[in-house]
Amino acid sequence: MGKWTRRAFITTGVLTGGALVLGVAIRPGNRARKVKGMIAGEGETVMNIWLKIALDNTITVIVPHAEMGQGTHTTLPMMLADEMDADWNKVHMMEAPGNKEYANYALAKGFTIGDKDFPSFLIDTVDGVYLTITKQMGLQMTGGSSSVRFTGNLAMRIAGAAAKAVLLQAAADRWEVPLEELEAKNSYITHPASNRSEPFISFAPQAVELSQPAKPKLKTPEEFTLMGTSLTRFDVPAKVDGSAGFGIDVSLPEMKYAAIKAAPVFGAKLKTVDDSEIVNMRGVHKIVRLDNAVAVVADGYWIAKTALDKVKVTFEETGNETVDQKGIYAQYVRDMEASLAGGDEEKDINKGDAEAALKNSGQVVEGEYRVPYLAHATMEPMNCTAHVTADQCEIWVGCQNPLGFANSIAELLHMEPDQVQVHNQYLGGGFGRRFVDDVALQAVHIAKEADCPVKLIWSREEDMRHDFYREANISRFKAALDSEGKILAWNNQYLFKHEPPEAPHIPYDVANQSIHYAMSETHVPWGYWRSVDSSMHGFFTESFIDELAHHAKKDPFEFRRDQLSNAPRFLKVLELAAEKADWGAALPENWGRGISLHQCFGTIVAQVVEVEVLEDGVKVHRVVCAADPGFAFHPDGFEAQMESGIIYGLTAALYGEITIDQGAVVQSNFHDYQMVRMDESPKIETYIINSGHYPGGAGEPSTPGIAPALTNAIFNATGLRIRELPVKNHTLRPSEKILG
Amino acid sequence: MILKVNDKNHEVEADPATPLLWVIREQCGLTGTKFGCGIGQCGACTVQMDGVAVRSCLTPLQAAVDKEITTIEGIASGTALHALQQAWIEEQVPQCGYCQSGQIMSAHALLANNASPTDDDIDQAMSGNICRCGTYSRIKKGIKKAAAELALTSTTKIENNG
Ligand code: FES
Ligand code: FES
Repeated sequence: MGKWTRRAFITTGVLTGGALVLGVAIRPGNRARKVKGMIAGEGETVMNIWLKIALDNTITVIVPHAEMGQGTHTTLPMMLADEMDADWNKVHMMEAPGNKEYANYALAKGFTIGDKDFPSFLIDTVDGVYLTITKQMGLQMTGGSSSVRFTGNLAMRIAGAAAKAVLLQAAADRWEVPLEELEAKNSYITHPASNRSEPFISFAPQAVELSQPAKPKLKTPEEFTLMGTSLTRFDVPAKVDGSAGFGIDVSLPEMKYAAIKAAPVFGAKLKTVDDSEIVNMRGVHKIVRLDNAVAVVADGYWIAKTALDKVKVTFEETGNETVDQKGIYAQYVRDMEASLAGGDEEKDINKGDAEAALKNSGQVVEGEYRVPYLAHATMEPMNCTAHVTADQCEIWVGCQNPLGFANSIAELLHMEPDQVQVHNQYLGGGFGRRFVDDVALQAVHIAKEADCPVKLIWSREEDMRHDFYREANISRFKAALDSEGKILAWNNQYLFKHEPPEAPHIPYDVANQSIHYAMSETHVPWGYWRSVDSSMHGFFTESFIDELAHHAKKDPFEFRRDQLSNAPRFLKVLELAAEKADWGAALPENWGRGISLHQCFGTIVAQVVEVEVLEDGVKVHRVVCAADPGFAFHPDGFEAQMESGIIYGLTAALYGEITIDQGAVVQSNFHDYQMVRMDESPKIETYIINSGHYPGGAGEPSTPGIAPALTNAIFNATGLRIRELPVKNHTLRPSEKILG
Repeated sequence: MILKVNDKNHEVEADPATPLLWVIREQCGLTGTKFGCGIGQCGACTVQMDGVAVRSCLTPLQAAVDKEITTIEGIASGTALHALQQAWIEEQVPQCGYCQSGQIMSAHALLANNASPTDDDIDQAMSGNICRCGTYSRIKKGIKKAAAELALTSTTKIENNG
């Protein structure tokens, strides 16, 4: 199997497995013995692949996810420790080695089946299938807001509860007392009747011989002691004194530094390289020609970079040298119209008869929306350190998918995946960008030719211009309102589909819906960008809903509220946001208020934004965010993720725009790909509803709703409907209502 | 060339035009100072030169010789964290953490000049530092907390001395 994508995986998973599961983390087979060599220190007992106990009774939780600021390295151990009744003060965390035994099939199940239940008699077969698939796919990734939802809920909790179950059994056997008389607490097992108490470790060697239950009894939320509390994060102290090790900080003996310049036009191959000016330059070690790029290896990064600037490079023509943004949009429109006329579109939702309802309705509203390409712009530019010898390759990198990286490097070097070792480091931001192995493959190639360890660092310009972009898109709507101002029919056409599949769906009561999409390939590389398809559909659907409210002469909040009779969870979230934001209260002149409601990766989020329109732009004063993630396992961390996702989405809404000209990206650094800074950052209030539904994500769900809430607020303040992002391209006029 | 960083002399060898950032990271081995943009836009590379916050990606090595350089590794006293670092932990400020050395160094320079900054002062002083994870509100809380803590300790000191 080649490179995996989450979508490809889902297809494979569904085809092979047929359907869904809940539970089971330690099956199939206890892999504790297999992983012992990888994770155990002196005297430690490996209970199952996710945890080990040391002689001093400290427990180490093995976490198969990268830490990129979302708190995974703390929340997952909390989930395990709580189910195990471990003493939190004696719990440590260790990131799982990038090894196929750690292929995380809880994720596979999660992505395929989410929260569905599954007949237990099939579990062995299905788990076997999942484990095989995950190993094949090299699935040990961080993203899709998945760690708590799937690894936490489908692996960590079960591993903790199962370990506790066998420890209790071992104690019952040794003390010859009934199991029910025993208690586990603070990493001890006690038998109150006889006043005996011993640490977990004293039963561990016997316990590990027992077979661990695949479906141990889990705690109910009332029994949680750690889950649902905001414990301090393990990774924070190292992030305040400069000691946290990011990929870019790695240092090896004999290491050299590399700078790289790739073809500005995606897909172009290297044609000529004139390095005459630098061949004899002091400190320059080697000039490496890659397929589509040239790199300089030198004693220091600055030498490499300045030398690279002196190399004259030309690239082959690809035929895309004349592609520009206007042309891309023109192509989009052509393809949308052609596929509509030709009837070769993909159907997303087709219920009732939208066409007939639109034809017969008195009031039809239409709207077209556009969003631009977006770059990830992680704070830490792409980088990777590699060391290649005859029979081994090691890399040091912060990545969201270590097994995937190992597999593709093995393929490049004609090695077995076992010969490739990925040392994952802290990620200076991921947001989906660090799924892609491009920089690692370059580093390996360069290090192999340079014959020494090499740290490759991309300049910010390289990072901005060689990203995998959130695509530009167009979404067209046509809706019919009935005489009471309710939505009778909803027709929506857009381009492309990745995930989550429900991104373009609306929660409102609309009997007649036709949602469909076309394709329109370009040469611009696509990648997962925080909240993926929701990052655009949130803006599209929630803006158009607002337009409908306006045409129905209804208040935008009430218009939504009155059409949620089939979506009680959505309704609660919406009402909470409106209540906390004091919806309806008077605002100063030139201020406006806007609302949005969107579900993303299992978490429902409503946002109310307050803006002030000024002579020179817009000031976002306040964001009220209500969210139902099912259960917030770490409320403070959840709140931090809501804030983070809002600033990320606000940056995109106000400024985010990557444009293509002459086949290449125009923007290059933070001066022309602007970020929201502290002076523009609004007050954000987050309110959480623990509804008890299956847990949703935290890292992504707040990003989609900020753009529509913002532009709806601008409409409220000015009467100007923004149908194309970013906001910076529009002239806003205070105190002059243009009705749109 | 001798470069004095965090009260320690480092023998370094580089073209005098090399940005201080790369010398600190690669030759002094102090990697807490980060590269973010290289053009003075993001603040990830912020260090202090004679107490003034500067962007080390734009500061040539030659301008730093004979100066006292302070980096994130140099603001704690021994094992006792600086009030800002302590506040950062209490407020759980960092997410990915990559920008935070620069944020703390900018905040440190701010508090040296202004012991009780207002929200506007903080906005002004900190807007050269980008945080892609959007931790701005927590940074602000952290600065206020540290300012309060520093005010408290300095009053206690005065009282003790008096
Ligand atoms: S790296 Fe110096 S300001 Fe960005
Ligand atoms: S914490 Fe990630 S960039 Fe600031």
